[in-house]
Amino acid sequence: MSFALVDGNNFYVSCERVFNPQLEGRPVVVLSNNDGCAVARSNEVKALGVKMGTPWFQIQDLAKKHRIVALSSNYALYADMSNRMMSVLGQYAPEQEVYSIDECFLGLTGFGHYDLAAYGQTIRQHVQQWIGIPVCVGFAATKTLAKLANHCAKKSLAGQNGVCDLNALSDGARSQLFSQLPIEEIWGIGAQLSRQLRERGIATVEALRTADPKPLRRTFSVNMERTIAELNGESCLSLEEVAPAKQQIMSSRSFGTYLYELPELEQAVASYMANAAEKLRHQASLAGLVHVFVRTNPFRSDAPQYQKSLSIPLPSPSADTRRLTAVALWGLKRIYRPGFAYQKAGVMLGNLSQIGIKQFTLFEKRQDRPALMQAMDRINAVWGRGTLKLGAEGVQQDWKMKRGMMSPRYTTCWSELPVALAN
Amino acid sequence: MAQRFPSLDDGLHDSVVPPTGCPLLATPVPAGFPSPAADYIEEHLTLDEHLVEHREATFFVRVTGRSMTGFGINHGDLLVVDRSKTPTSSSIVVAVVDGHFTVKQLHFLPNGKLLRGSGDEENGQRDLFVSPEQDFTVWGVVLWSIHRV
Repeated sequence: MSFALVDGNNFYVSCERVFNPQLEGRPVVVLSNNDGCAVARSNEVKALGVKMGTPWFQIQDLAKKHRIVALSSNYALYADMSNRMMSVLGQYAPEQEVYSIDECFLGLTGFGHYDLAAYGQTIRQHVQQWIGIPVCVGFAATKTLAKLANHCAKKSLAGQNGVCDLNALSDGARSQLFSQLPIEEIWGIGAQLSRQLRERGIATVEALRTADPKPLRRTFSVNMERTIAELNGESCLSLEEVAPAKQQIMSSRSFGTYLYELPELEQAVASYMANAAEKLRHQASLAGLVHVFVRTNPFRSDAPQYQKSLSIPLPSPSADTRRLTAVALWGLKRIYRPGFAYQKAGVMLGNLSQIGIKQFTLFEKRQDRPALMQAMDRINAVWGRGTLKLGAEGVQQDWKMKRGMMSPRYTTCWSELPVALAN
Repeated sequence: MAQRFPSLDDGLHDSVVPPTGCPLLATPVPAGFPSPAADYIEEHLTLDEHLVEHREATFFVRVTGRSMTGFGINHGDLLVVDRSKTPTSSSIVVAVVDGHFTVKQLHFLPNGKLLRGSGDEENGQRDLFVSPEQDFTVWGVVLWSIHRV
């Protein structure tokens, strides 16, 4: 059984380029919520040394000098293009796991002695023609190796033209390749783990692959042992066809401007809770815990700092926006202090349980109204997010995030379609 | 594309409350008789299935300008563009010229490609010849032009 990992090159930038061909060849950067930091960089921007996550204010001078085009995230566009891409990719294998907005695994059972390199080229051309997104394809015996194969394809370290089949390499060639790859490239090995491994003299993929898993399992975790097995072609991670229900649901954003007063913060928190509660109901869960936090901007060394959070267990689990919001606002009142410039707030729903497994307390009155919530969700699904909301969210929401440089929603909004000239 | 939810103002009210004043169920009760049409019921028609062949590769594009009126493409029309189709000579395409989207009829010539509008020289219509070295891509093939009358 082989796995493939297909991912879009500079996905957000590529989406923008499909509808604005003038961006081809130009340095482009896409900024996160609130135009905060770089979340996608074109190859030209990468070549200028800009790292992922660099705050926009740090890049501005460079941008002026090199005429870097900066765009706000256009999530509606990226999500739609991702759906199209995943739909096309799903046709190439009996099993697919959509891993993120721009990556998916394919489970290639029954492909036997297929020419995977050629298959990969077919996939690339199909996506490029139909959707306009360039992708790279990595093939290998395990998911962890497929991720490495994709990396090699992307950086032209192995394979050709954006496709790399690690199975096609001889053992010797593979070892040679792995000796040149740093340990940080391995899926699941983050900054902290790689630092610890380097301290033990393991700095390359090959070094980890050939390391004795037993002592490493004792020091780290069973995940490390699994990773080593996967690096050796022994598949331990299967495809997850359906994303597992989340154990916690977060909803938070930085504000477009600093907020100082409690009423404004209440509006924001109510809005985030509406969002979180919608997600909660979508996965048919109930929350047993509400966590709320606020904080100032930690990068402002001149301003006084304050951050506080509070976890509030619920006497009985709930999925009702009104009840969850009331709890969150109660908590907010307790953590709010006047005199600070708040930059961010958020809520988190924890202690999730599935609907049906609910324990009632002795004194509980049934306050949840699932039918009301269901009606609200359906109306919001048809008419647009936020059509029906609690009054607590506020009507004029001045704190909403800035996206000043957003491109049109080319594929999801009738009034923002691309335009072709006939003249 | 939003649906309307039926409300009491729709005129349904009168038919829902009979003269005796007892309220009826708000949801329709299925008829008790076997319909002779039951075996012949077909799917409700939608434009999507008629206009769109390859969902993932289909995009909508707005037209501005009047050089393609001879092909039934008018200013303000909505084009259904399919990126999966391979253009042939005399296909109507959306192409990228000088970084802009343009809608033209495409012709293959021995020494390059020609992009034409539907007008003629007298009306200021100019054909655009594209040599093989020039930067030119077909963005998609136009399947339909939707015109509001």
